[in-house]
Amino acid sequence: MVKPKPWLEPHPHGLYVKPADLWIDPSRAVERAAVTHGHADHACSGHGSVFATPETLAIMALRYGVDAEASHNQAFGYGDGFERGGVRFSFHPAGHVLGSAQILMEYQGERIVITGDYKRRYDPTCAPFAVVPCDIFITEATFGLPVFRHPPTGGEIAKLIGAVRAEPERCVLVGAYALGKAQRVIAELRAAGWNAPIYIHGALEKMCALYAVHGVDLGELRLVGETDKADMAGQIVLAPPSALNDRWSRRLPDPVTAMASGWMRVRQRARQRMVELPLVISDHADWDELTTTISDVNPKESWITHGSEDGLLRWCELHQRKARALHLVGRDLEEEA
Amino acid sequence: MKRFAALIDRLIYTRSRNSKLALIVDYLRHTPDPDRGWAIAALTESLDFPAVKAGTVRTLLATRVDEELFRLSRHFVGDTAETAALLWPDGPRIKADLSVSEAVDALATASRRDAPAIVASLLDRLDADGRYALLKLALGGMRVGVSARLAKQAFAQAFDVPVDDVEELWHAIPPPYAPLFAWGEGRAERPDLKDVAFFRPFMLAHPLEDATVDLADYAAEWKWDGIRVQIVHGGGQTRIYSRGGEEISSAFPELVAAFDQDAVIDGELLVRGEVQGGEAASFNALQQRLGRKNVSKKMLTDYPAFVRVYDLLAVDGNDLRTRPWTERRRQLEVFVPRLADSHFDLSQVIDATDFDDLAARRAGARDTAIEGVMLKRRDAPYVAGRRAGLWYKWKRDPLTADCVMMYAQRGNGRRASFYSDYTFGCWSDAGELLPVGKAYSGFTDEELKWLDKFVRDNTLNRFGPVREVEKSLVLEVAFDSIHASKRHKSGLAMRFPRIARIRRDKPAEEADRIATLLAMVT
Repeated sequence: MVKPKPWLEPHPHGLYVKPADLWIDPSRAVERAAVTHGHADHACSGHGSVFATPETLAIMALRYGVDAEASHNQAFGYGDGFERGGVRFSFHPAGHVLGSAQILMEYQGERIVITGDYKRRYDPTCAPFAVVPCDIFITEATFGLPVFRHPPTGGEIAKLIGAVRAEPERCVLVGAYALGKAQRVIAELRAAGWNAPIYIHGALEKMCALYAVHGVDLGELRLVGETDKADMAGQIVLAPPSALNDRWSRRLPDPVTAMASGWMRVRQRARQRMVELPLVISDHADWDELTTTISDVNPKESWITHGSEDGLLRWCELHQRKARALHLVGRDLEEEA
Repeated sequence: MKRFAALIDRLIYTRSRNSKLALIVDYLRHTPDPDRGWAIAALTESLDFPAVKAGTVRTLLATRVDEELFRLSRHFVGDTAETAALLWPDGPRIKADLSVSEAVDALATASRRDAPAIVASLLDRLDADGRYALLKLALGGMRVGVSARLAKQAFAQAFDVPVDDVEELWHAIPPPYAPLFAWGEGRAERPDLKDVAFFRPFMLAHPLEDATVDLADYAAEWKWDGIRVQIVHGGGQTRIYSRGGEEISSAFPELVAAFDQDAVIDGELLVRGEVQGGEAASFNALQQRLGRKNVSKKMLTDYPAFVRVYDLLAVDGNDLRTRPWTERRRQLEVFVPRLADSHFDLSQVIDATDFDDLAARRAGARDTAIEGVMLKRRDAPYVAGRRAGLWYKWKRDPLTADCVMMYAQRGNGRRASFYSDYTFGCWSDAGELLPVGKAYSGFTDEELKWLDKFVRDNTLNRFGPVREVEKSLVLEVAFDSIHASKRHKSGLAMRFPRIARIRRDKPAEEADRIATLLAMVT
């Protein structure tokens, strides 16, 4: 059994860095928080001061009306950091969404990395994951079962374009999480040569604009609410997953319901969501990425924060790697995976 | 296998019946023999490979994947075939596609001993979607919403032939149905069924709901609570078919032996009950005889089967199906005495004076083997399927009881993440809650979500997949009848239990007592 560190306390609602009197990704408002990325299960509102990348602070400002420029918040680019209570904190790319970071903590000669959420494959909307050597690697495990192997993204995007072309009198409505997934699907479509305007639900508008400001070119986007139904035939429409089977979708021309998520790998999951076109596109590491990353980082111990901890723990056991599960709560934004 | 795997995947995600039909039509038109025949047989669960079972696949997986990881994955996915398909490592020969017929040939020749090696070598040639298709083909349980009826309609539509013809021919020709496709494509004559004991599609009834009918136009008969069967004698053979066209002759050898006339009858298969002085026993008794491949002498004596004959579809080489019911009935009354009365009797026409009289008799019917009343249009021919206005079924009103939820289990397939199967109980005289039944239907999707949450929020204990819940929720359970049963501690077993209502308003202490249910046993 792996023992917790006296200077880093896992609590159900987050990790507490004792010498620095600072929380990492707490799920409730605290005095001081370092935040890995902007998703609601990692970045909650109401903190006294926030330490994060400039993009994450901008996302939090957009979502919670927090003033990104406020003096009590501090922005750090990748590789940069700060020191507090003898602990050196620094931010490193996690490849999850725009601005997502792993946080490296160095204290009395010990290095601990907390990944937040991450993935290893190419994403045109954010910086790629960096392997940061450490003693303790605190990893997510959303897809910590060997059934989860995400296929190449290009094939899924081709499937989406194929479905739109197969039935030009209909549209394809893609459920994609508003922060990260939606912009990545759009950017991947552009990379695959889809140059037509892409129609979006109003809830995606501001985040897409924020991505554009940070240099992610998404091409021409139009609002569904400002478009005639007939004009969307043969087109691609994006909406948050909650809008898929909502009355909102009645304004679309006979939509084929698609969903971009790693959960779509399991057929019955896709069926439960009433999805007709499952697209296995995820911003989280799949099984191979999780296990490869533990091998690449090669830590003395791995702590597993959320998802299918049991699967990844078992893998660590089989590969004679020290590991333990941290039972953090509120870390299952199913929609976002 | 690629085309078949793609078809299955599309069918899984396609909800509308017409879209499913279109997908199968397209597949049948554009896939060569014998693959398409095997594929359609697999979709309609008409294939069985006795040497390949879920256990075979689990054992096989253990040679490639850690058992604990398989267990965790299976628990998450909720389906053995899908879990195995996703976990099986991509093999070295993955590029070499495998035809459906190659797979069927290999599986059919497998023995229990070499089945694991054969399945492994097939899996090694397929990608994840192909592996899923192969395992579903091998194990059954396809669950893509394709009934035999839909498949037959697709065939009729694909080749522009009458669906009634397809229904008849379907069961006379074994998979992969080569002569059927040859006929469909106009390459051969309609296969000759003269010397074959072939299945005629059943005529079915609509529920009467709140309508009334004039008994001058409709004849009334009791609807018996057994299983509907068709007995066919032709080409020197006697075959018994169930409603879906499945042959069940081997379970009822005494009926096969006793039916020695050149005819085709439609009737209800029942077991004679002692308690009712030789009358039909409850469905419970019949269940002892179903699904058996070998029948012991003791079974034959303890649960003697007989058929209550409803209709005559053919006799002495004449097809009577186009004749009106009145004429078939006249011939039936003449015909039944030609059969041994130990195994066959005539379903009586209820001589009600009018609809109100019929309603009163239906309400007064206490025989457990009576499920309700059938109403048959006197001038109607015997036609396949459910046709508006010809036959109605008018079931007895269900019984109900207020029970308390005791245990819940997750469903399968689409319900893999929901606690959707509930065991419920009633109070004994000693004030103990005893299970009286289990139900997994009757609720809406919204109610299911609520029930699922209730289970998760009120779990007391976990026993593998089963959760014991706080005994606080009253469920109003509807059921067709209730019988004595040694299988349950309460000594009772319900027939067709379903959740009629969730009684959030009712305290658990006020749920029904076992004694109340015992009084309903007939």
